[in-house]
Amino acid sequence: MTAFLFFVAAGAALAGSLGVVLARNPVHSALFLVMTLVSVAVLFLLRDAELVAAVQVIVYASAIVVLFLFVIMLLGVDREESMEDRIPYQRPAAIALGVVLLAELVFLAGHEWATGQRTASGVPLTGDGFGNNVERVARVLFTDFLWAFEITAVLLVIAVVGAVVLARRSGQRPGEGSSVDTDEEVKA
Amino acid sequence: MILGTFEVTDTYYLVLAAMIFTIGSVGVLTRRNVIVMFMCVELMLNAVNLSFVAFAHALDDVTGQVIVFFVLVVAAAEVAIGLAIIVAIFRRRRHATADDLQALKG
Repeated sequence: MTAFLFFVAAGAALAGSLGVVLARNPVHSALFLVMTLVSVAVLFLLRDAELVAAVQVIVYASAIVVLFLFVIMLLGVDREESMEDRIPYQRPAAIALGVVLLAELVFLAGHEWATGQRTASGVPLTGDGFGNNVERVARVLFTDFLWAFEITAVLLVIAVVGAVVLARRSGQRPGEGSSVDTDEEVKA
Repeated sequence: MILGTFEVTDTYYLVLAAMIFTIGSVGVLTRRNVIVMFMCVELMLNAVNLSFVAFAHALDDVTGQVIVFFVLVVAAAEVAIGLAIIVAIFRRRRHATADDLQALKG
């Protein structure tokens, strides 16, 4: 049953990612992206990553894709793009590079020495004594990775401020200051 | 069922992640629409997340799943900033394809 689920989810993920690349309409690409993300969430569940799977569905497949769709609808770029390249050999070169990259990655994935090493103070994924998956992730996240977690908060604040500054219409209202002034305000 | 005794090892997940990553990178190289290129970057990030989770399972260590959270946060910040940049570019010039953005061309 697990193997069956894996192959169904893997096929859906591959079909969805091919659809993202091949669909002419950006809205269709976004919907194929949802298909891939949900399939990858199923694969996360199969590898004992319950919390990550839930976060994947909540954050990625809903929030980020809604943001994509919102921008597509807002800008009206949902018309089909022209597929002619400025450099004529670009697409064959890209596909050839992709084949080489895939060969390298599969070669790496199939080798024993690509398995890495356990962390020194790592919490095991299975076994007794550490609670469920959420407790295990929280135990590592709030001890070993506490500093990175705090930096993450700063990063999100910077992203929010940057998005607001970039998306603001500069020079729209007189007396409000230009975008250059806004940058200085943010730095201060 | 034919797959009843078949064991899916972590290598299968790594190969699948390699395939999704390759599809995403080829998409970044071939598509002209900047928003679709962003979606392909998300595909690549997801492939990396999948290999992190596969390694967490292979090594029996939950740290791999913690790293996925940081990748998710960076991806969310990247999408917010990137889409804001696209909106700003689109206001200035009515197109959002990669070929139009050649102001820095030497």
